[in-house]
Amino acid sequence: MSSRLINWFRYASPQSFYPLAGRMIPWFWGLTAIFLIAGLWIGFFVAPTDAQQGEGYRIIFVHVPASWMSMFIYLVMAFWAGLGLALNTRLSAMMAQALAPTGALMAFLSLWTGALWGKPMWGTYWVWDARLTSELILFFLYIGFIALQAAIDDPRRADKAGAILALVGVVNIPIIYFSVQWWNTLHQGASVSITKGSSMAETMLWGMLLMALAFWMYSIAVALMRVRAIILERERHSEWVKHAVE
Amino acid sequence: MNAFVAIVRRDLIIAFRRKSEVMTALFFFAIVVSLFPLGIGPEPTLLAKIAPGVLWVAALLATMLGLPRLFAQDHADGTLEQMALAPSSLTLLVAGKVVAHWLVCGLPLVLLAPVLGVQFDLPGETLSVLVLALLLGTPLLSLIGAIGAALTLGVRGGGVLLSVLVLPLYVPALIFGAGAVEAHIAGLGAEGHLSLLGALLVLAAAFAPWATAAALRIALE
Repeated sequence: MSSRLINWFRYASPQSFYPLAGRMIPWFWGLTAIFLIAGLWIGFFVAPTDAQQGEGYRIIFVHVPASWMSMFIYLVMAFWAGLGLALNTRLSAMMAQALAPTGALMAFLSLWTGALWGKPMWGTYWVWDARLTSELILFFLYIGFIALQAAIDDPRRADKAGAILALVGVVNIPIIYFSVQWWNTLHQGASVSITKGSSMAETMLWGMLLMALAFWMYSIAVALMRVRAIILERERHSEWVKHAVE
Repeated sequence: MNAFVAIVRRDLIIAFRRKSEVMTALFFFAIVVSLFPLGIGPEPTLLAKIAPGVLWVAALLATMLGLPRLFAQDHADGTLEQMALAPSSLTLLVAGKVVAHWLVCGLPLVLLAPVLGVQFDLPGETLSVLVLALLLGTPLLSLIGAIGAALTLGVRGGGVLLSVLVLPLYVPALIFGAGAVEAHIAGLGAEGHLSLLGALLVLAAAFAPWATAAALRIALE
């Protein structure tokens, strides 16, 4: 038991995590490719055409996983940031920093595909719907986190300041979500129900699930690549980096 | 508690010696609000409809304007470090600074708001709801803003960065604050919105000074 614990902490050091991440990245890329091909195949060729929405609904195979990931990555990011703040581990903060751009990308992708989906379904690219609005605010929160870290030169201070912001954001996200939802129900004009009335076909669900897994694997692979770059950048003065880069 | 009162007094004295800064924020509020009728047109029904939102957004921006000053001066002359080293807790001192900041930057907005509301053709009873909502909401803005001010202390491009960090967090205050006034206009009663605004204020009063103090310690390292 104790030896396993020690193994865990061994990989908390950037020096030993760097090669481990390097070995893991090809696996995650491979899984991304497998899930993506399977998910897209089901999404485009197997899943039936929706009775009400026609072919246009197929955009949800990208839209829904992207929305899930955008919310989930913020939680993971806040978790690593909080861990870094509490235990003062450098790698956790680097993980948080590496996840932020992917999360922002997912939030943006979710808004973008949502707009493309909204045009044929609702007849407009944008409605001030509760989910769209809170997704937009989530995107702003990511941008704030990235901007704050970029503005502070000292990486240790950037890590800690970013961690506090991420934690404040995580406390605020449910409050923002519910306030936006309430705001939306109060202003009846723009409300459009996205919830499915009829049950979803099983193949659609499988396609969405596979795409979600592909997005997961992609996010992990990209975050690991980015964290490797951050490790090299921050530890560039140390001896092992000089050997690692050779 | 003595330290708390002393900090509030000290910050108030400093603020009153430089009255123009307070007045500038107040006039900023008035000018932003006056720009909307010029941009949208003088129809009274339309103006009465957008008034709660306009007044709240303007109050948000005016509070933002005062936030960088919250800690910058004390940071520059080293007072902040002395506060961090002081025997009384930094959280308490931060709470004192936020209260003083609200008295200087928030309360005048609350008092000016009904006058501007009259320009937007809001009836008397609605004005009192507006004042009540701002009375609950502006301390909330100061408390949340203090976290952002502490995080961006001494950072490049701090002012703009501060807005990007803090404005998304202001969304619930804006929704419930402006919502209270709109609900009153619609005849639904503002109690629900005001209660939620009060709940948010209590939550922020409990946690924001603590988070601000943690952010200040990071900035002082």
